[in-house]
Amino acid sequence: MEYIVLAINAILVKNILLAQYLGNCPFLGVSKKMDTAVGMGMAVVFVMTFATFITWFVHHYVLVTFGLEYLQTIVFIFVIAALVQLIEMFLKKLVPGLYKALGIFLPLITTNCAILGVAVLVIRKDFGFVESLFYALFSGAGFALALIIFAGIRERFRVSYIPKAFRDTAIALVTAGLIAMAFFGFQGIDSSLKALTMN
Amino acid sequence: MSKTITHEFFKGFWEVLPPFRLVLGLCPTLAVTTSVENGLGMGLATTFVLLFSNIIISSIKKIIPKKVRIASYIVVIATFVVIVELLMKAYFFAISQKLGLFIPLIVVNCIILGRAEAFASKNPVYLSAADGLGIGLGFTMSLFLVSAIREILGSGAFFGMSVMWESFEPFAFMVKAPGAFICLGMLLAIINLVPKKTA
Repeated sequence: MEYIVLAINAILVKNILLAQYLGNCPFLGVSKKMDTAVGMGMAVVFVMTFATFITWFVHHYVLVTFGLEYLQTIVFIFVIAALVQLIEMFLKKLVPGLYKALGIFLPLITTNCAILGVAVLVIRKDFGFVESLFYALFSGAGFALALIIFAGIRERFRVSYIPKAFRDTAIALVTAGLIAMAFFGFQGIDSSLKALTMN
Repeated sequence: MSKTITHEFFKGFWEVLPPFRLVLGLCPTLAVTTSVENGLGMGLATTFVLLFSNIIISSIKKIIPKKVRIASYIVVIATFVVIVELLMKAYFFAISQKLGLFIPLIVVNCIILGRAEAFASKNPVYLSAADGLGIGLGFTMSLFLVSAIREILGSGAFFGMSVMWESFEPFAFMVKAPGAFICLGMLLAIINLVPKKTA
């Protein structure tokens, strides 16, 4: 039950893109076409879970042990950059099909602030290991969901008339605002779920 | 295009004004602009990192091997982010608490890495310093603009002081996530109306 609440919370209520403003650069950058959006979404789910898995260990067993918490930012970004590189090499060698699908998105992910954001967030929220892992997985799923919905809407722009000033990014931002508004409605679920788990 | 210090400095205020002209660094623009105080704090922190990372990267550009340049840039940037993080905790504790997660996330602000790659790695130190300072202050200015609009409409205040008439009903939507997207989209459209070469 606890994990279901966590899932609904991370995917719908506190969607990482639309309510926590993380990872907006790829959100606007790769959402022009459906297939790139799907690829990017999958890559983020994958890397986010992996990265949180490793950074959680690094934080609790290396940084805390040696009293180096103030180096968190620099260590995490380095771990993530190295990890992305490793995943890329592994996939290329072992799962060429997946590599073909995700390949070009992997380097972009290093500077996706959602990855570093979630890694830091689970430490700040003092989550346990399993909870952190689930949180990362669901946040990634939330990212993918928002990105895919957004790409679906953006594909329609090609055939509709848009005033010149609004073309490209401006209309995309307004659309994102409208999707965010729709997601905002999920906040009602949150309070009723909390009441449910209390009983 | 002549490469003078003044040109490199002032281009950040209009020609390549981030995040409007350069569509990079959207996450902080959306996330921290709920009040003018936060917006300015974030803008100045980013300017500090951008200025110093540009200076350092430009001065060591000859000894960085091409293949690992991105990783090297990230290490330089992350170092300055840690410095800013510690400085803000020591001297501006209230703001650093409010900005929270978004201070470590300056590392993955694409503006900084973008300038390192596109400008500092190809130009002499004094030009890179002018570029970093100009782009940083331009970014601060944009954050100030967005946060002023959002704070005045969203909570009827400016710098925490009430500025609207008494019966004014705050537009709570503006300080929430959907408002951020829509406000930025509208501003971008307005800026697009003005041709580039009028500055």
